[in-house]
Amino acid sequence: MTLCDLSLAEARDGLRRRDFTSTDITTDCLDAIAALNPKLNAFVTVTAERALEQAAQADRRLAAGETAPLLGVPLAIKDLFCTEGVRTTAGSRILGPFVPPYESTVTANLLRDGAVFLGKTNMDEFAMGSSNMTSAYGPVVNPWTRHGDNAQLVPGGSSGGSSAAVAARLAPGATATDTGGSIRQPASFCGIAGIKPTYGRCSRWGIVAFASSLDQAGPMGRTVRDCAIMLASMAGHDPKDSTSADIPVPDFEAACGRGVKGLRIGVPREYRSDGMSPEIEAMWQHGLAWLREQGATLVDVSLPHTKYALATYYIVAPAEASSNLARYDGVRFGLRQDGSDLQELYENTRAAGFGAEVRRRVLIGTYVLSAGYYDAYYLRAQKLRALILRDFTEAFEKVDALVTPTAPTAAFAMGEKMDDPVTMYLNDVFTVPANMAGIPGLSVPAGLDSAGLPLGLQVLGKPFDEETVFAVGAAIERAAAFATLPSLRAGVAL
Amino acid sequence: MALDPATVRRIAKLARIRVTDEEVTRLQTELSGILGWIEQLNEVDVSGVAPLAGVSHQRLPMREDVVNDGGKADAILANAPARVDHFFTVPKVVE
Amino acid sequence: MSYMLEGRTGSWEIVVGLEVHAQVISKAKLFSGAATAFGAEPNSQVSFVDAAFPGMLPVINRECVAQAVRTGLGLAAEINLESRFDRKNYFYADLPAGYQISQYQMPVVGRGSIEIVLEDGSTRHIGVTRLHLEQDAGKSFHDRDPVLSYIDLNRSGVALMEIVSEPDIRSPEEAGAYLRKLRSILRYLGTCDGNMDEGSMRADVNVSVRKTGEPFRTRCEVKNVNSIRFVMHAIEAEARRQIDVWEEGGEVEQETRLYDPGRGITRSMRSKEHAHDYRYFPDPDLLPLVLDPAWVEELRSALPELPDAKRARFIREYAIPAYDAGVLTVDQAVADYFETIAKGRDARLASNWVTGNLFAAMNETGRSIENPPVSAAHLGQLLDLIADGTINGRIAKDVFEAMVETGDAPAAIVESRGLRQVTDTGAIDTAIAQVLAANADKVAEYKSGKDKLFGFFIGQAMKATGGKANPAAVNEALRRALS
Repeated sequence: MTLCDLSLAEARDGLRRRDFTSTDITTDCLDAIAALNPKLNAFVTVTAERALEQAAQADRRLAAGETAPLLGVPLAIKDLFCTEGVRTTAGSRILGPFVPPYESTVTANLLRDGAVFLGKTNMDEFAMGSSNMTSAYGPVVNPWTRHGDNAQLVPGGSSGGSSAAVAARLAPGATATDTGGSIRQPASFCGIAGIKPTYGRCSRWGIVAFASSLDQAGPMGRTVRDCAIMLASMAGHDPKDSTSADIPVPDFEAACGRGVKGLRIGVPREYRSDGMSPEIEAMWQHGLAWLREQGATLVDVSLPHTKYALATYYIVAPAEASSNLARYDGVRFGLRQDGSDLQELYENTRAAGFGAEVRRRVLIGTYVLSAGYYDAYYLRAQKLRALILRDFTEAFEKVDALVTPTAPTAAFAMGEKMDDPVTMYLNDVFTVPANMAGIPGLSVPAGLDSAGLPLGLQVLGKPFDEETVFAVGAAIERAAAFATLPSLRAGVAL
Repeated sequence: MALDPATVRRIAKLARIRVTDEEVTRLQTELSGILGWIEQLNEVDVSGVAPLAGVSHQRLPMREDVVNDGGKADAILANAPARVDHFFTVPKVVE
Repeated sequence: MSYMLEGRTGSWEIVVGLEVHAQVISKAKLFSGAATAFGAEPNSQVSFVDAAFPGMLPVINRECVAQAVRTGLGLAAEINLESRFDRKNYFYADLPAGYQISQYQMPVVGRGSIEIVLEDGSTRHIGVTRLHLEQDAGKSFHDRDPVLSYIDLNRSGVALMEIVSEPDIRSPEEAGAYLRKLRSILRYLGTCDGNMDEGSMRADVNVSVRKTGEPFRTRCEVKNVNSIRFVMHAIEAEARRQIDVWEEGGEVEQETRLYDPGRGITRSMRSKEHAHDYRYFPDPDLLPLVLDPAWVEELRSALPELPDAKRARFIREYAIPAYDAGVLTVDQAVADYFETIAKGRDARLASNWVTGNLFAAMNETGRSIENPPVSAAHLGQLLDLIADGTINGRIAKDVFEAMVETGDAPAAIVESRGLRQVTDTGAIDTAIAQVLAANADKVAEYKSGKDKLFGFFIGQAMKATGGKANPAAVNEALRRALS
């Protein structure tokens, strides 16, 4: 047993009780990272020295009797969050040696609350991917393996470094972001919890933008409660983000203990697609049964346009990305590849700096916005988005939350689903609708498939009702009693 | 909808991404595949639906007219791949 | 009567629409807290938002919105209570984000109109299509290095109002009058300083030509013309070029051109050759701009009196000619100056003094109305000295010269230089007697019917009194003496 085995809540409480110091737990995490990161590639940058300084400072504050929500708790930070003085790559070559001269609002909030940052986690380039295979810094290895099979599995994406780090117990919690499922799908693949809060709950300021109308930051943890604790620190109104919600942050941690008695849980019938694997279907039914046993009422609901969400997403997200990524032009920061004139410089820089998936999406986005195609693609997508939102709004008139599978499969092996882009995109079929509607979605580990890989269930809630989402997620978690550990983890000899 | 090579090149030009001949061929297939898959949206009747650009529940917040930023040319230029004094530089542009 | 250009195949009408970019007067930029002042050190007025660093987000400046609304109200235009910001995507060295935040589909201000007065006194209404808010780009310097362009982002993100006219303009004169009137309104409102030489007001000029009665032909856009005179020249140069193209059997191609004031021609703009496909879409970092009607009303009620209303009031209240009223109301400070001296005095005289002597003195001294060569109080006192007979009109001009030179009050100058008007009839009679005695031959001629000589005697008599005699008294005494 190392301190790495502690949940975030246990670590926080142990630090408060002075059972151990922040330096102790930070050192254990750094040691685990040193031991396992060469295998997992979960971290792009490890800031050991800085982490130990922050831990020492936290220890002084703890010794002085100070309290702060996360005082001394070590965390991993997805490399999409700009961190002042610490290189930030967004998983891309194009940012080159970029060192932000500013701290993102979310990470600044965590520092304000006393957190210690271990380093920056690997991710799909610009958060575009569902496998972490698009990172310019190499793929991340999922700490889980199938029974009797050594094939390296993907951790999911785009927050694959964060999910692998938390699952392998290199950190008790990690920040992540979710544009189409980038928190929930890797959480499901790695057997941990993760929540994408309501759009506007966390500030986007200082987070490298992928698709501005969809991007949301959120936490990953080994328990629902850990996510609740982290989100309370990450969230809050930020006047620097015009889309940030000016509403109070409730006590998410308390909501985890509310129970589900009397809640109406919607079961969207359209999620029961023809291709759904029987194992996923079975897990879903288990989850629903657990909730019914705890006093919830199950309600059949219809989200007729939800099946169009993924295709809609692949217009909206690339369109916004094509514009958001125009700033990577080799002029003010990051990579520059010279050319005989400015146009050549742009074209060379962006060809060399962006990986294949990013180039593909930028080109799709450019195309759907271009003259003559805007109405057929982008405008139509906006209308579909309105219909998708309307479906959810109507469903939430009848129910308090929805429960679905998080992903259509368990983690797959590296190299699988790489044949054509659309196959990879289908990973996000269950998670994307929440981004389109801006509603909160949580993935909670619910069990294992026959190969011994974790499967997650997704809880969707009303806008700004993360409390109910946490309550339902915690209820599933309690019933599932998910205790299996991945084969690669801190404290286990390689 | 299948993209022809000229369209792929035109988009790549607009996006300022250099593409080789082989890449054009590959992108033609990939992009056409994605766009073909997206065409499923045409089966939805969207007449009379107001487009939705975002899902924020806020009203556009406004800042007061106060100067509280700038005055940090060094930080602005610190990451520049090329500069002369306090200017960014690029290959000469002819207007 | 209308303006036409003669070609080989007959006369051509020109059709012009103007897109004016007016820099909004605000302390901070449209979406960031960096300063907007002109002429600062390179990149010293730049925030990470203006330089489009990763993760930076725009937050709109309320005052810039207010300025756009005020301008819309000043142009008698519709204010759109809901408008939207779009991204205009293109790559350029001084456009850090690769897009400009602008208002494409839903501008904050809709249709309005501007009344222009032409030299012949006729008036025309030029339609305003729209006004929208957008960001300015940075500045590229192409002349500091043989192989590099230098980029300064100080202007990047400064708020601009783009004010688009209908293609209602039919001559360079009308274009000039439109721009002067627009500038006057902007300055009255305090929404743009209108300084074209500092670039805070620039015009893109859309020009086409046609034969009378034809539909519009292809237009070209002459970009970034930075003085009213150049706009007028550019229109004629571009129209002549197009007429030549059409008359030689060619086809005018729609394109962006630049005006070269040195050579007096327009030329094609190479850097803009790349296909125009701006891929506008709503900026997902910003929400729709929804204005509170009460706020708009508040802004409306605080608007100053604008040039047209002031001009009408001057004609009505001060009974001055329309032309003078127009001249006096171009600039609010001039109008204020005029009103200061006209109140309770002979307004026509006041107008003459302002548009004549004062403007001449401003030209000579290079001083502005904000720092005038003679203060309004002093000029008022001078008019009082004329009115109460202390000095006559001719001496007043000398006193005014002395006031410009010394800055002294007119009464002091009159006293110290002994310029007080002579009204003593005895002295006048004596002077007249001397003049008549010295010119006995002319007196004889006068008496034999050469009436014109009366003026000669007046002049001689005034001269004899050193110009200080009351002209009316001299007139009367002379008539008496000659009868």
